[in-house]
Amino acid sequence: MSTAKTLTFTIDGKTIQAAPGQTIMQAADEAGFYIPRLCDIEGLRHQGSCRVCTVKVNGRTTSSCTQPAEQDQIVESETEEVLNLRRDLVRMLFHEGNHLCPICEASGNCELQAMAYRLNITQPTKFPYQQPVRSLDASHPDIALDTNRCIRCGRCIRASQDVDGKGVFGYVGRGVHRSVGVNGDNLADTNVDITDKAIAPETCPVGCIIRKGVGFTVPIGEREFDLMIIGADIEGKSDD
Amino acid sequence: MSHKILHKVLHDICAQYDNNQHRMMDVLLDVQRCLKCIDGEAMNHIASLLGCTRIEVEGVVSFYSFFSDTPKGNISIYLCDDIIDRQAGLKKNAKAFEDALGICFGQTTPDGEFSLDYTPCIGMSDQAPAAMVNDIILPNLTPESIHLFIQALRAGTAPEDLDGVLGDGNNAHDLLRSQVHNNIQVRGDVLLCEVGEDAGLHKSLSLAPADIIEQIVASDLRGYGGAGFSTGDKWGFATATQDTERYVFCNADEGEPGTFKDRVLLTERPDLLIEGMTIAGRAIGSEYGLIYLRGEYVYLKPWLEHVLEARRQKGVLGKDIGGLKGFDFDIRIQMGAGAYICGEESAMISSCEGLPGEPKTRPPFPTEKGYFGHPTIVNNVETFCHVARIMDRGARWFHAIGTSASSGTKLLSICGDCSKPGVYEVPYGISVQELLEMSGAKDICAVQVGGPSGHLIARNEFNRKICFEDLPTGGSIMVFASTRNILEIVDYFLEFFVDESCGFCTPCRVGNVFLKERIGKIRKGHAVPEDIDYLKELSNTIIKTSRCGLGQTSPNPVLSSLNNFPLVYSALVNENEDGLDTNFNIQDALEESRHLAKHRSYIYDPDFGEG
Ligand SMILES: Cc1cc2nc3c(=O)[nH]c(=O)nc-3n(C[C@H](O)[C@H](O)[C@H](O)COP(=O)(O)O)c2cc1C
Ligand code: SF4
Ligand code: FES
Repeated sequence: MSTAKTLTFTIDGKTIQAAPGQTIMQAADEAGFYIPRLCDIEGLRHQGSCRVCTVKVNGRTTSSCTQPAEQDQIVESETEEVLNLRRDLVRMLFHEGNHLCPICEASGNCELQAMAYRLNITQPTKFPYQQPVRSLDASHPDIALDTNRCIRCGRCIRASQDVDGKGVFGYVGRGVHRSVGVNGDNLADTNVDITDKAIAPETCPVGCIIRKGVGFTVPIGEREFDLMIIGADIEGKSDD
Repeated sequence: MSHKILHKVLHDICAQYDNNQHRMMDVLLDVQRCLKCIDGEAMNHIASLLGCTRIEVEGVVSFYSFFSDTPKGNISIYLCDDIIDRQAGLKKNAKAFEDALGICFGQTTPDGEFSLDYTPCIGMSDQAPAAMVNDIILPNLTPESIHLFIQALRAGTAPEDLDGVLGDGNNAHDLLRSQVHNNIQVRGDVLLCEVGEDAGLHKSLSLAPADIIEQIVASDLRGYGGAGFSTGDKWGFATATQDTERYVFCNADEGEPGTFKDRVLLTERPDLLIEGMTIAGRAIGSEYGLIYLRGEYVYLKPWLEHVLEARRQKGVLGKDIGGLKGFDFDIRIQMGAGAYICGEESAMISSCEGLPGEPKTRPPFPTEKGYFGHPTIVNNVETFCHVARIMDRGARWFHAIGTSASSGTKLLSICGDCSKPGVYEVPYGISVQELLEMSGAKDICAVQVGGPSGHLIARNEFNRKICFEDLPTGGSIMVFASTRNILEIVDYFLEFFVDESCGFCTPCRVGNVFLKERIGKIRKGHAVPEDIDYLKELSNTIIKTSRCGLGQTSPNPVLSSLNNFPLVYSALVNENEDGLDTNFNIQDALEESRHLAKHRSYIYDPDFGEG
């Protein structure tokens, strides 16, 4: 970021510098202050849909991945109240889909699972399981799509549109029926390619987009979030 | 239909809109009307004609209720399913439709002639039960009239020629010939009285744009769409931008269940509305206006087009308005297609851009970056009508009506258990009790003020006043007699929000489903005290983390009924004495196993062996 950091505000009492136009989350990241997130990922435009990055700004809740940093803002992030809101949101995502961690290929690399650990959600929650019936699209030779685990973050959609310049994925439906669809009858009917950013392992936070033939190359127990709490890489940064 | 004919139809429709992707709504409305269906092949072809992807087309098709990827009938019937219709005997009317057509809801007759669906409030709660039949509205339905209508339709009568009593006022105009009634019960001093023809516009022409805004600010006019934002301030924000391509949008989406006052204004005061929009155009320096008309009101479109054209002829719309050189302003009508969320201003802008009706990220606000990134003011129908009157009669005159923080009159749509449902123009500050007396409502136990996202108040609060400082409302007042079931009302409102959530953000998409599930459990009598805490906590999360006004208010039916009708809940909630999981119902669980095993349980079926 080349713009000068002329703004100052605080998160949980810690002073943060920000450049005009930066979001609260961007400024926090650069200062080594991690705010949980699922739909936002570096390199893609902000969407603001999962709401896991909720913070309180001057007493009002908002999504920190879209809210611009402003001079003298007072931001609360790790308070019990805000943490409880995030816990509810992560629980909702678990209950909306079918997340069977012990048998999921993404276990240990899954950001939803890792977020649950970070927020201390370790047992079945108060919400009812929706157990939706969603189909599996294995039509493509290299890629399978299992939307049972989809959390509607839209990262694949934005990666395909903005990075790959393709538009392989898109949202369809409204309300609870909102889901990720593909640009054609099925994946094989699209111009998707295994080298697309949309298919890259870091794009899908859960285990929805499966690269065929590469499952379990890294054993469970040695995967990204088996070794590190989610966000620890950002918390390790310092702002200089 | 052969591919060739299909492609020709699609080609012609898209060409009408210059193959412009941003006119997606109009293209799809025409395709649906013409082909009764927008299937995969049609989507593919539309995408190639408009230069976008099929998934983008599919995203829009699947978002709006009035688009369908499976065939609807040549005559598509949408029966209004809201709480007022349910209480007015929806079930027997629904059955009459099913019997007359020989299909169930959600189906199309094998000959492709009829399809039958439910739709939420169509803005006819004062003449419920009502249905949409293609483009027209049939109000005050009875099982007998339904059978007669279907007979006539089967015999080849067009929906618009069906026998029935024409409505009053302009409803009987040749361009409308509608059976809808205005039911104007009280005419106030601002909008429904006699109004001078373009008097406000002519006075505005001699003023500088900044002086118009100053008058609107001085009048303390607050938006009539629900939120009550200062209209003058909103216009001021748009004017303060560098970007000089600005837009004036009128919100005629009127989707809040129980509201129908904008419909009456569109029918009886269209000139006043357009006059107000034109004044706004002058004030903020805009050349383009747009009226977003909800799909359910499509029967009003020819009428409004006619009024627009007449105004162009008269020189009060279009070029050099009122003879003022360089004052150009024109208006187009954008139809909606069945999505309540499009009443939210930024979702409405998305829809006008040819996208699913999803709210946009704020900031930036529409006044700064709205339609295609240009400053856009969005105001309610009633707001623009008041603007025209304020410019005629002056800010002080307007300010003197109403209360200290709520100037002017308000159009209320009163419906439910009263003898005189309809539209009431009353000064702000009127009490709920006075409204009940005026509308002939007796033995009332609850009043829902401001639609599902508003307040459900009980008898002890009937002295409260309709105004921003006490009980704000976009116009919806639903009255419920003592015989009504409070939790049925709450349950219905939650169902409405579940169906109408855009699904973009987690808390609203998922949380409302959980709220509804738990209210269902309470209604069944399975609830324990912890369920009440659960409802409160979940409501808090949805309100605090939702992205737009829909989710930020959708738990209100739960919270306000818990607050004002605690006895209704306590009567249904029992202490969990044996400590077992009350979410688990052995009989429900057994039902599934009975099906699978094809026999009953020795232990849990007491009369086992008798049948
Ligand atoms: C879910 C939702 C639905 C809305 N529906 C309507 C509507 O049908 N009509 C309307 O005028 N405003 C509606 N609004 C309010 C609009 O967003 C906006 O505030 C209003 O049109 C501004 O006009 P006003 O200032 O003249 O009231 C809705 C808001 C939300 C959050
Ligand atoms: S609150 Fe509901 S309607 Fe609004 S953006 Fe979120 S999901 Fe959509
Ligand atoms: S990370 Fe901000 S809303 Fe998802």
